[in-house]
Amino acid sequence: MYTFIARRLLSTIPVLLVVAVLIFLMLRLTPGDPAAILAGDAASSEQIAEIRKSLGLDRSIPVQFGIWAGNLLQGEFGRSYFYKMEVTQLIAQRIEPTLALATLTILIAVVVSVPLGVIAAWRFGGWFDRALMGFSVLGFSLPVFVLAYLLIWLVSLKLGWFPVQGYKRLAEGFWPFLHHLVLPAITLSVIYIALIARVTRASVLEALGEDYIRTARAKGLPEARVLVRHALANAAVPIATVIGIGIALLIGGVVVTESVYAIPGLGRLTVDAVLARDFPTVQAVILLFSFAYVVVNLLVDLSYVVFDPRIRY
Amino acid sequence: MDPQALSVESANIARHESAWQRLHRHWSVRIGGVVLALLVLTALAAPWLGTVDPTLFDAASRDLRPGQSGEITTLDGEMIKHRFLMGSDSFGRDIYSRVIYGTRVSLLVGIATALLALAFGILLGLSAGYLRWLDGPLMRVMDGLMAIPAILLAITLVAMWRASLITVVVAIAITEVPRVTRLVRSLVLSIREEPYVEAAVSLGTPTLKIMFGHILPNCIAPLIVQGTYICASAILVEAILSFLGVGLPPDIPTWGNIMAEGRVQFMAYPHNLFFPGVFLALTVLAVNILGDGLRDTLDPRMARRV
Repeated sequence: MYTFIARRLLSTIPVLLVVAVLIFLMLRLTPGDPAAILAGDAASSEQIAEIRKSLGLDRSIPVQFGIWAGNLLQGEFGRSYFYKMEVTQLIAQRIEPTLALATLTILIAVVVSVPLGVIAAWRFGGWFDRALMGFSVLGFSLPVFVLAYLLIWLVSLKLGWFPVQGYKRLAEGFWPFLHHLVLPAITLSVIYIALIARVTRASVLEALGEDYIRTARAKGLPEARVLVRHALANAAVPIATVIGIGIALLIGGVVVTESVYAIPGLGRLTVDAVLARDFPTVQAVILLFSFAYVVVNLLVDLSYVVFDPRIRY
Repeated sequence: MDPQALSVESANIARHESAWQRLHRHWSVRIGGVVLALLVLTALAAPWLGTVDPTLFDAASRDLRPGQSGEITTLDGEMIKHRFLMGSDSFGRDIYSRVIYGTRVSLLVGIATALLALAFGILLGLSAGYLRWLDGPLMRVMDGLMAIPAILLAITLVAMWRASLITVVVAIAITEVPRVTRLVRSLVLSIREEPYVEAAVSLGTPTLKIMFGHILPNCIAPLIVQGTYICASAILVEAILSFLGVGLPPDIPTWGNIMAEGRVQFMAYPHNLFFPGVFLALTVLAVNILGDGLRDTLDPRMARRV
């Protein structure tokens, strides 16, 4: 088991490295001289040369990558062109809303989708199953921002249950915080629910066909116990996997949702930075999101050991 | 996978039904196909559907409600009476015309992206699956690309290259290439062990001919299915990019752009968002349903996996 954990940990290093190289190259190949942009319009060519030298931009591309990666490891992402501050600081200011939104979304998605998937598998082919599969296709097809405006119009404007837009920090009180966060999280969770419910249904369905289910039923266990302790427990690995893979969808959705609901998080920051052509910020945020994705999937893989004692490696 | 459908599937195969006949019977292929065909017709016939040029605007006809009549100035400077079926936006442009013409852009982006991603994915996947020395390095790059969330990657690429139809298509295609590459590679790895490939190798058939003549034709069915899903996702991503203001230039009438323009006045004039939103959701839904149907009929192996 420890060799498995060690191997899995080591295998993420090449992926992270490739991600870093790709993002570095992407932004280096962008037209425009970063030194000139940092120096501002009034700078003389000597000043620009000075900044270029201090940033190491006069060196070869591999050396530049080395310097950049070294800075990253020390938590230095450079200076934002647009916000005129350290990118690290900028990210620290914006991370709370995004983390809160993502956490609440995952929570809602898992709590709603797993029972739905189990019931659909239990009543396979019935009306509930069909309705869920229909919803699942719809959930994949409904664009996040269309759904967002639909919900704002219905729930916020017509019913007045939630504020239309905006964000309250956790420090301003838990209830206002939650009140502003619920609708965006519901919006974002729909596609995630569609995804997880589909996989839960498929893997519980497969488990229900196994011999131990027949045995469990034969010895007279209550159906709920058969479903949860025997079928669902054995279907846990694919469900955990899809939750991990779904993080990519979630991150894409965060960018859109934060824009629609005017939440000052990292997703909103990405769009603003791209529009302002503020590449150090764009680079840092994309790197952060990608690393988060890789690390979450690493944790999911490691969790198999807990979920499935059969996996010993 | 449901056992019932599987048995139906094998019964159909046993009856030597052709793929076409199976396709025709499948309800989701029918529904998805018919809706999509209607959308293609709409896109082609856009000028004859009671539309005006989607770039026309008139200050006197701003923010009209759906169904209201107003006037609009043509390119020749002539004022004509026009009924704004879906209302007008804050520039006085006809939403109906923009939505109908937007169908063209969305379908074009979807199909072009799917073809481009498939072409590159096939090329890379065949290479990785067949040329063993290339496999490791190439797949590590693909793993890295897949770790960057698709929408973020597309946004950044478009921002780097300046937005245009071509850059948007290429950017979205790049996010899809790794998945196609993986699919083709895994298919190649299983197909290359088949006896007919071994036979071809022992006959001294050139590698290129084995790759494109023997292996590729056997990957077609899953690739068609994958292509359909890419098409749906590309239409969605283009709309998201345009909506965020980082996609196609605002003067091009796309559903995302119409909604980006309409979001400011969303509270007062929800129709600016409603109509393009419905078209977008309907199109993506139709393509996805078609994809599910194709998967069930063309590629039962994949259906079992999902």
